[in-house]
Amino acid sequence: MQTANLLPLILVLALVAYGLAYMRSRAVAAPLGGIRNLKALPFYYAARASLWCGIPALIVLAAWVGFEGRVIQGIVLATLPPELIPTSPGQASLTLSQISNVAAGKLNPDFVPEGIAGAASLLETLRSNSATFKTVLVLLIAVLGGTFAWFRVMPQVNARVSVEATLRRIFFVCAAVAVLTTVGIVFSVILETIRFFGKVSFVDFFFGANWSPQTALRADQVGADGSFGMIPLFTGTLLISAIALLVAVPVGLLSAIYLSEYANKKVRAIAKPLLEMLSGVPTVVYGFFAALTVAPFIRDLAETIGLEASSQSALAAGLVMGIMIIPFVSSLSDDVINAVPQTLRDGSLALGATQSETMKNVIFPAALPGIMGGILLAASRAIGETMIVVMAAGLAANLTANPLETVTTVTVQIATLLVGDQEFDSAKTLAAFALGLMLFIVTLILNVIALKIVRKYREQYD
Amino acid sequence: MSINQNIPNVAEKPNEAPMTKQAAALAVEAKREDIIVEEGKTVGLPYSDNPKFKLRNVEVFYGEDRAIKDISLDIARNEVISFIGPSGCGKSTFLRCLNRMNDSIDICRVKGQLMLDDVDIYHSKRDVVELRARIGMVFQKPNPFPKSIYDNVAYGPRIHGLANRKSDLDEIVENSLRKAGLWNEVKDRLDATATGMSGGQQQRLCIARAIAVSPEVILMDEPCSALDPIATAKVEELIAEMSESYTIVIVTHSMQQAARVSHRTAYFHLGHLVEVNETDKVFTSPEHELTESYITGRFG
Amino acid sequence: MTDQRSQAEIVRQSLKRRYRKERRFRLYGMTAIVIALASLFILFADIIGKGYTGFIKTTITLEVTLDSEAMYLDDPTDADQRSMADFNAPIINALSDLIPGVENRAAQRELSRLVGSYGASQIRDMLRANPELLNTTQTMTFLAHDRVSVYVKHADNPNYSIRLSEQQQAWVDELVEKGVIETSFNDVLFSSGDSREPSNAGILGAVVGSLLTMVVTLVIAFPVGVAAAIYLEEFAPQNRFTDFIEVNINNLAAVPSIIFGLLGLAVFIGLFGMPRSVPVVGGLVLALMTLPTIIISSRAAIKSVPPSIREAAEGIGASKMQVVLHHVLPLAMPGMLTGSIIGMAQALGETAPLLLIGMVAFIVEIPDGFFSSATVLPVQVYLWATSAEQGFIELASAGIMILLTFLISMNALAIWLRKRLERRW
Repeated sequence: MQTANLLPLILVLALVAYGLAYMRSRAVAAPLGGIRNLKALPFYYAARASLWCGIPALIVLAAWVGFEGRVIQGIVLATLPPELIPTSPGQASLTLSQISNVAAGKLNPDFVPEGIAGAASLLETLRSNSATFKTVLVLLIAVLGGTFAWFRVMPQVNARVSVEATLRRIFFVCAAVAVLTTVGIVFSVILETIRFFGKVSFVDFFFGANWSPQTALRADQVGADGSFGMIPLFTGTLLISAIALLVAVPVGLLSAIYLSEYANKKVRAIAKPLLEMLSGVPTVVYGFFAALTVAPFIRDLAETIGLEASSQSALAAGLVMGIMIIPFVSSLSDDVINAVPQTLRDGSLALGATQSETMKNVIFPAALPGIMGGILLAASRAIGETMIVVMAAGLAANLTANPLETVTTVTVQIATLLVGDQEFDSAKTLAAFALGLMLFIVTLILNVIALKIVRKYREQYD
Repeated sequence: MSINQNIPNVAEKPNEAPMTKQAAALAVEAKREDIIVEEGKTVGLPYSDNPKFKLRNVEVFYGEDRAIKDISLDIARNEVISFIGPSGCGKSTFLRCLNRMNDSIDICRVKGQLMLDDVDIYHSKRDVVELRARIGMVFQKPNPFPKSIYDNVAYGPRIHGLANRKSDLDEIVENSLRKAGLWNEVKDRLDATATGMSGGQQQRLCIARAIAVSPEVILMDEPCSALDPIATAKVEELIAEMSESYTIVIVTHSMQQAARVSHRTAYFHLGHLVEVNETDKVFTSPEHELTESYITGRFG
Repeated sequence: MTDQRSQAEIVRQSLKRRYRKERRFRLYGMTAIVIALASLFILFADIIGKGYTGFIKTTITLEVTLDSEAMYLDDPTDADQRSMADFNAPIINALSDLIPGVENRAAQRELSRLVGSYGASQIRDMLRANPELLNTTQTMTFLAHDRVSVYVKHADNPNYSIRLSEQQQAWVDELVEKGVIETSFNDVLFSSGDSREPSNAGILGAVVGSLLTMVVTLVIAFPVGVAAAIYLEEFAPQNRFTDFIEVNINNLAAVPSIIFGLLGLAVFIGLFGMPRSVPVVGGLVLALMTLPTIIISSRAAIKSVPPSIREAAEGIGASKMQVVLHHVLPLAMPGMLTGSIIGMAQALGETAPLLLIGMVAFIVEIPDGFFSSATVLPVQVYLWATSAEQGFIELASAGIMILLTFLISMNALAIWLRKRLERRW
């Protein structure tokens, strides 16, 4: 049976368990003189029964679905005739896709080696067996669990306590998902990164000034000659992020100051949501805008003043990215400026300071740590931004500080290396994970520092 | 889901605070219906021959709400006058009219004639910055800037360009701190941040900051309400010393304080100025029944 | 006193300079606001300006004679015959009738290229379905070729280059005059999947893909996020692990989205062997990405429930769990919903992680389930925006408009919900 059909079935079973246990709890209570002689309300006995019925079954189902594919593939590969057994992971995935294509009827079995055809039929058998086993096992567990709980409907058992304890555990698991996600990120990138450094030396990656992963495509020459120096990517990322911050910080900060100190209510009520709208626009839209409108405009403009600009200039990507993070800077600055106590403002104004003097001499210095935190967050955002640079910054890994030239960034390279068909295990693919790890570490450090500063700042004025 | 559905959405009204305070005061009034305050009628000695401030028929509105109702009062040169009254009676609002600190509240409007040295405070051409340079203010809660002690005091002279040289500035800072009685306590740590000082020191620093601009008037809005008794005593001492060179208007919650520091005392009630008189007179033989009830502690 | 007087004089003298500074500062602020709002305005104007033509299609309506001889087709039900037949012939003939004087074969071929490349298959499909139409004359409406469409819609626009020959342009002008070439509302955009031909490409596949992906995201992220928020606010003990979870969530909220793509690729596809390009994996990745947003806003909503409610329930003897489920959760729900809708809107606009898990494939069919290959709206926009054909640019802009419409409605819904349901204490 399909997983998609099993899920509602488990739900139905859980509901049945609920109903049966509910009736039983009333039946048990009746001779004792009503439900008040039970330790818990019938609802809790019923809820416990449905939990017992549903949760173990769901866990088994999830585990089965999660590992079914891998296990079956392993068995199929292991039973291939010796001459067909793949020698590299890349070959393995090729063979597997061939087998599954035959099994799915997309590939005529006459066109492939006999071993493959045999494996395909084995795959079919395994799959259908697995589906049967899965269905039987899961339903059995559900029924057993439900039955067990049904028998446990006893007046002296406090079902409420166990239901609440279970719920609490479920809540805990949900909270732990965040940790699991981080662990998942760290492990998935670290494992591949270690394999990457098995192929490319540490020094080449961190200090190499040449990035051209394409050469690694040549067979039996992996890594050795392909250049994986991340310095041009790093400088490219920095260049674009710096341009973005150069736009976003002054504009965002001054907008926040104007809105919080000068603008009247009406202007604020209109301008603030409009500013926030900038942050709601998807990055792909900014990418489109940068690539098709801003970049050609900058190129033409540069040409009219006699400069040479690439059609995928760092400037275009940086400018548009700057626009994207304006609301980020402005809303964070707005928060911290408003957190500065009114008494400081009054103190300065009462001395006869003008509003701008108050702003520059009292409020801004007081809010500075918070604003710095906001800028760091914005920087981390700029460094990690992908779509704008993928669409507008280009692929050429130039080591340059000229904003009119094309540069590439870490995120662009991750995206290009991993989009489309890829060989697992080639240095090219692994390089993307190594870059991902660098990106993760850098943004993590920025975020941790920024969040710390912001939190400390908030505490100061609480 | 229907719990508390009837709670009105108070957060949408920015003028919530004065309203509720007023509501509380109204409750007091309801209990004492027998005493009528006649609008614009102030008993005692509201006028002076040598006024620094000449205030006539002042009214303050918060939106539709009339917070100050037709008050006329003179404040004499170099006198210390206290404003007392139950909370929400408008004394702080009235004080903040004197240096136009109410300007920053959008919904606040001030009517009537307010003259400082015979020049209209609220004249449309009147410059607030210049006005505030002449009228210093000390707030309820000490509010030193998060800078060094020196920079706090030097802030005013710096923005107004009162010192041409570093040595001039040093002198102003020292003098102000001396006048505020703080010099001996902080002279060795002028570069320390002001927020690390004790509450009483912070408040005296704020006073030093105010007098560093050499104002003619100092407004004090409950300057001791956040301080302990010892710090309060020091500030009161300071007020007494300063009364020689400044006109001081002080809003206070404590009748004892008013009695100790001021020459004249004004009693406010629900936006009315009920009685103004020599301090001794107010506290020993008040003319108005409301004043008497208040100082004998029957409400407040 | 003299001191005070002279100082007042100094202050007065400095005023002019200081007010100049004040005005300048204010001007900076105003400039900043104007720059920010102008960018927003230009962005929207640019996209609408580029994209409104995406909602217009160019069609050619012809009287085609389905002559069996001309097509070399006797029996439309025979697959072999169909594969050999020339379904272009009726189109060429019909066009040649409209424009006399096109004699030689090369010119005729040029002429037939005015109709989009799926014109012939349109005839083929019709004949297969209705073999009895052979040797009759039918009025058929074809989608014009992309180049014709560009010429008709953008002849005066310098950003578009016209790729029609002079001759073809003259023909098109003539056909427009005759009412054969017309423009109308582009229903194709809303009723079909992607295509190699801009005229035939539609956004429906991507919309359905987005919908399926969002369902997966919502089903996972909302309950898990709410449960996690409840745990952290109500049950979590004050210990290091709780702190660790908190720090984790705050940091996850700021991790670049592309990293989540790496996670999806390595874990869901690599480790669990799930298929690429499917809404389930996309939804899972986006759920993990949205989770921190939902947790953070849900926690804020729980925090805003006043303690008096909790105390009241506890005072009656309700257990902690009952207090939470019966009182806190219902009262916090509007806030949680608002935060979740905003999180979902973010997920709907997200592109980068989906590129890595293969949702960039060229998919013509409209996805029919959580495990069928699909793409989503923003990825479709990306694909079109990076296509070579000019016709795709306006489609990308039109796609952006549709995407923004969805996002704006979602945000409006969130604002409405907040206004309507949230109470202040």
